[in-house]
Amino acid sequence: MTITHHPYYMKKINWKPWALLSPSLTAIFLLLVIPILFVIVYSFWLRAPTGAVIPAFQFGNYARFFEDLFYPSILFRTIRVSLFCVLLCLVMGYIPAYFFHRSTSRYRQALILLIMLPFWISFIIRTMSWINILGANGFLNHFLMKIGLISQPLSLLYNEAAVLMGLIQFLLPFMILNIFVSLEGIDKNLLEAARSMGCNEWQAFKEVTLPLSLPGVSAGCLLVFVLTAGTYLPPMILGGAGNEMIANLIFNRVIGTLDWPFGSAISVILLLLLGTIVWTYNRYLGINQLFKAFKGN
Amino acid sequence: MNKRLEEVRHQYRQGNLSRRDFVKYLGVAGVAAGLVGGPFGLVRNAMAQGRIRFDGWGGTTSQAFRRYAFEPFTSATGIRVVDGEFGDMDSYLTRVIASFPPGGEFNLAHLSGVFDYARYVGLEFNTALDESKIGNLELVMEAMIEPYRRITPEALSAVPYNLGQTGIAYNTKYISEEKAEELGASLLWDDSIRGNLGSWVEWRTNIWYAALYTGQDPNNIQDINAVWDALRKQVPMVRKYWGSGAELMNLLASEEVYATVAWSGRVAHLQEQGYPIGFLAPEGCYSWQECIFVMKGTDLDVAHQLLDFMLAPEASIAVAEGQMYPPSLDPTKVELTEKIKNLPAFDPTGKLQGYLFADPHYWNERQLEWAERWDRVRAGR
Repeated sequence: MTITHHPYYMKKINWKPWALLSPSLTAIFLLLVIPILFVIVYSFWLRAPTGAVIPAFQFGNYARFFEDLFYPSILFRTIRVSLFCVLLCLVMGYIPAYFFHRSTSRYRQALILLIMLPFWISFIIRTMSWINILGANGFLNHFLMKIGLISQPLSLLYNEAAVLMGLIQFLLPFMILNIFVSLEGIDKNLLEAARSMGCNEWQAFKEVTLPLSLPGVSAGCLLVFVLTAGTYLPPMILGGAGNEMIANLIFNRVIGTLDWPFGSAISVILLLLLGTIVWTYNRYLGINQLFKAFKGN
Repeated sequence: MNKRLEEVRHQYRQGNLSRRDFVKYLGVAGVAAGLVGGPFGLVRNAMAQGRIRFDGWGGTTSQAFRRYAFEPFTSATGIRVVDGEFGDMDSYLTRVIASFPPGGEFNLAHLSGVFDYARYVGLEFNTALDESKIGNLELVMEAMIEPYRRITPEALSAVPYNLGQTGIAYNTKYISEEKAEELGASLLWDDSIRGNLGSWVEWRTNIWYAALYTGQDPNNIQDINAVWDALRKQVPMVRKYWGSGAELMNLLASEEVYATVAWSGRVAHLQEQGYPIGFLAPEGCYSWQECIFVMKGTDLDVAHQLLDFMLAPEASIAVAEGQMYPPSLDPTKVELTEKIKNLPAFDPTGKLQGYLFADPHYWNERQLEWAERWDRVRAGR
């Protein structure tokens, strides 16, 4: 007698969560998973001289990427700029996040809202606005010449510094919000305990606040790094020759030369790089910290 | 499936199939086609019967098209013209390729350059126009039609619409007209404007002018290494490689750059607005022409009518004045306005002798290799 088919022994599957998740999962599958699969398939294809694609299965596009230093050098530049951007956002983001955390002002919520304000303006407009600020006839040069500090306009645009400026403006709120949420989650009793045990303000920060805020810091760093590595607009609008990043290279290959297979291969390489970073982060720190910034406590 | 669909669509357009049967077929095909693009494309095609899509450069050009061609056309035929826009040729072609197989998504497009015509033909996106149904084609300069005939001798898939030049724009506050005329293409390598030079990010234009600078025929470059060396020499001098006409105008107007390769129409717009910008068409200046291309899968009866509307002198002249590029109309056959006669690149003879156009086969054959090499050179390698 078999008993495995008896209802009593059958494992109950709770379908309710899946039913609730199905619209989101369907959307993700159709709008994210399938397009990514297309990109992966394309990366093995070939480009015809006319710009059409030829179905094939070969690794030539990947080999081409690594065969000389030109393409990897753009990838290294992307990583370098991303790390530099993370560092600057961290330095510039921790202080305001800490200030909001400690503030008892009745305007505190309004100040936090100000951090979100740039999101209400188009990213392109925000990036383009730097031209009016840093340009030869821009506000900054105009002001410096007016007060007699310089006689000739400074060359502030179309270099890596300008690209970083555009990136920081875009990404700083992500860093601030992650750190702020992390700071808000710290039990204030711990600080009081530290103070009661003889710590001064600085020691309490160094021994209690800073270590406990590190999950927020790391989440902010991850978010800023991933977003920078995939960015396209700031290098295009504010960068000069030699400031291109990997996303610009993908654009040039796909749009400029209609080389979809090679563009797809570069996209897959970028995807693998960022995927590895996110996987490593999740493995050691947990990805759930990222969602806290958008949920609040 | 797609061949069968095209056959059925052809039968329907020929009147051999009733609308009911056609729609019924679409329904069956839609069920059979599954998820991958099928039903969406089919519904699109079914809905497209009362409309035709035109993609152009937007702005004042599209306004002129709407006012002088599309609206009268809709009033006369009841067929709506869906007016789309693109930023540049390559991104548009990418969209067209993504919509392949053709048939409903894209119909007419304002393509730039004969090499683009060749590219579309190479991708088999072309169709066969019946010239007898486009009466106003007789008013067009034969010199502008000829390059297209050479690519598709059996039938045109486009009508020429306007011409222009990529010359050199320079700020007269910093560079005198005499100096610009004296230097010609070498102005783009003049050390006195180091750091205040601009250029288009596109590979073809840069190679063209480097060929002129090194004393070579751009359509028959013998020493390509000299061209790359010239471009390597130029890269540190360039402040910004611009990517769009709007950016070009902004760079010139804000004096970020004092000289750059530039599209004649954009320079004319700046001059009209009072900016101190001169335009130089050096010997061997890069001339180009634009056409209205008809995609494969387009309803040709509608396309013929619309092309005829667009080539009518009142529409063509209005569009030319809007975008500041001379029309394809032959000045010996059509009386053009003073404004058009004063535009850069205008040829009163209608023969276009002395105008140097890019050889489509020469440039298209080398596109992949040179575009990729250009990326490296621009990156300082």
